[in-house]
Parts: sequence; structure tokens; C-alpha cells
Amino acid sequence: MSEVATAIEVNCETGEVTERPLTAEEISQREADAAAAAARQAEEDAKAAADAEAKAALLTKLGITADEAKLLLA
Amino acid sequence: MANTFVKIASVTVGSGGASSIDFTSIPGTYTDILVKLSGRCTTGTIRNLYMNLNSDTGSNYPFRFLYGNGSSAGSSNSTSEGFSDVAWVGYLGGSTITASTFGNVEIYIPNYAGATYKSISSDSVYENNATAAYASMHAAIWNSTSAITSLTLKANSGNLAEFSTATLYGIKSS
Repeated sequence: MSEVATAIEVNCETGEVTERPLTAEEISQREADAAAAAARQAEEDAKAAADAEAKAALLTKLGITADEAKLLLA
Repeated sequence: MANTFVKIASVTVGSGGASSIDFTSIPGTYTDILVKLSGRCTTGTIRNLYMNLNSDTGSNYPFRFLYGNGSSAGSSNSTSEGFSDVAWVGYLGGSTITASTFGNVEIYIPNYAGATYKSISSDSVYENNATAAYASMHAAIWNSTSAITSLTLKANSGNLAEFSTATLYGIKSS
């Protein structure tokens, strides 16, 4: 079930708080924001996975464990 | 130096959450404004907090920020991110972070009612009983000479969760 898309508006002059549905423009913007964030997260995840893979490959090539590598660099 | 804080308005999100919090009709009688937000989001793990001013959704908010998340640190900006139609002002945790914990965001806008472009600085941190939790510092500018009369806070995805609270303060120079 999708979430209800509402905005809470606080009028600073009167103190009145109202809840209203998002406008079509706001909904469209919200969808664009979500898509951009998902793309960014996918990019970060892919980079993290590639880094981890490269690190593991290097350790294998050197024939040492991660703890031994830490010891070398300490 | 600004030294007097006045609470202009405060709101707490009710059950079901809210897509955004809008402060409208902000009086122009202060020197600076400050927003303090305690919040979390209803979906995901890491959520970005965005801000628009005066309902302007044009590409008028170039920003940059630094962050640390427990295992790495980094930085980015609106050019690298590919958008500037919102000011990215912080991180919040989503539904998968430790239950009942809320993050903090503080946003400062000096000279908000003046006729120059508006600088925005903010910092954020959220709680999580796990390795990853974000802390960040942000800077942005709103490319507009209009006085700020409204501001909108929203997550990049999902809703602001129930009990999230935003308070707007006005600050007057002595």
C-alpha cells in the first residue's frame, strides 16, 4: 500500500496548522527526488561492492589475510 | 552578533506521517531564522532531507556537503549529484534504523529577509544502534533576492514519520 501524500502547513502569522494533499507538481517532484536518490544509492552500492571485490582479490594475490594486512600497515 | 531566539512556530507530525512540513507566512521582522528538526522517515535506511524556499522548485539551490557514516567519509555537491532544485540540508534515518530513535537537523539562514542571495548552512546526525549512521555538514545558497516567506522540508523518499517535530526560530540582532 502506498503512503498518503500530504503536507502539513503551519501558518506562522496565525499559528494555524492544516494538512492538505500534495499538488500534482509536488507529487511529480517527489517521484523525481525518489528516482534520483535510488540511482545515487545504486551507484554507491556498486562502488562499495567493487571496492570490496578488489580488496579481496588483492589479499588473495598477496596470500595474506585482512588482519595480516592491518598488521603490516599498523 | 545575533543573540535573541524567538520561537515562531512548531509542528509535530501526526499518525500516518507527512510528505512535507511547510512553514508559511514567515514574518520578515527578524535578522536570521533557524530551523531545528527532530525526525525520522517511514521508509528505507538513509534518507536525505531537502528544503525549498518560497515554493521555488527551479534549479536555484547549489549545495555542497561533507559526511561520515561510521566506515567512510566523503563529500559531494549539486553538480556531482546532478540536481539543484532543492537544498540538500541533512540526512535522516528511515524505517530500518533502531526503533524510536530520531535524528537531528539544524538549518541556519542569515539575512533571510534581505535582498541578496540567501546562504544556508546546516548540520545533521541520526541515531542508529548499528555500524552505519550518518553525520553531515551542508552549505547551500538560494539564488534569489526575494525575502523568504515560506519554507518546505521533505525527505527524498517516503514520509516524515509520526512524532517528527520541526520548530522555526527567529533571531534578532541585539
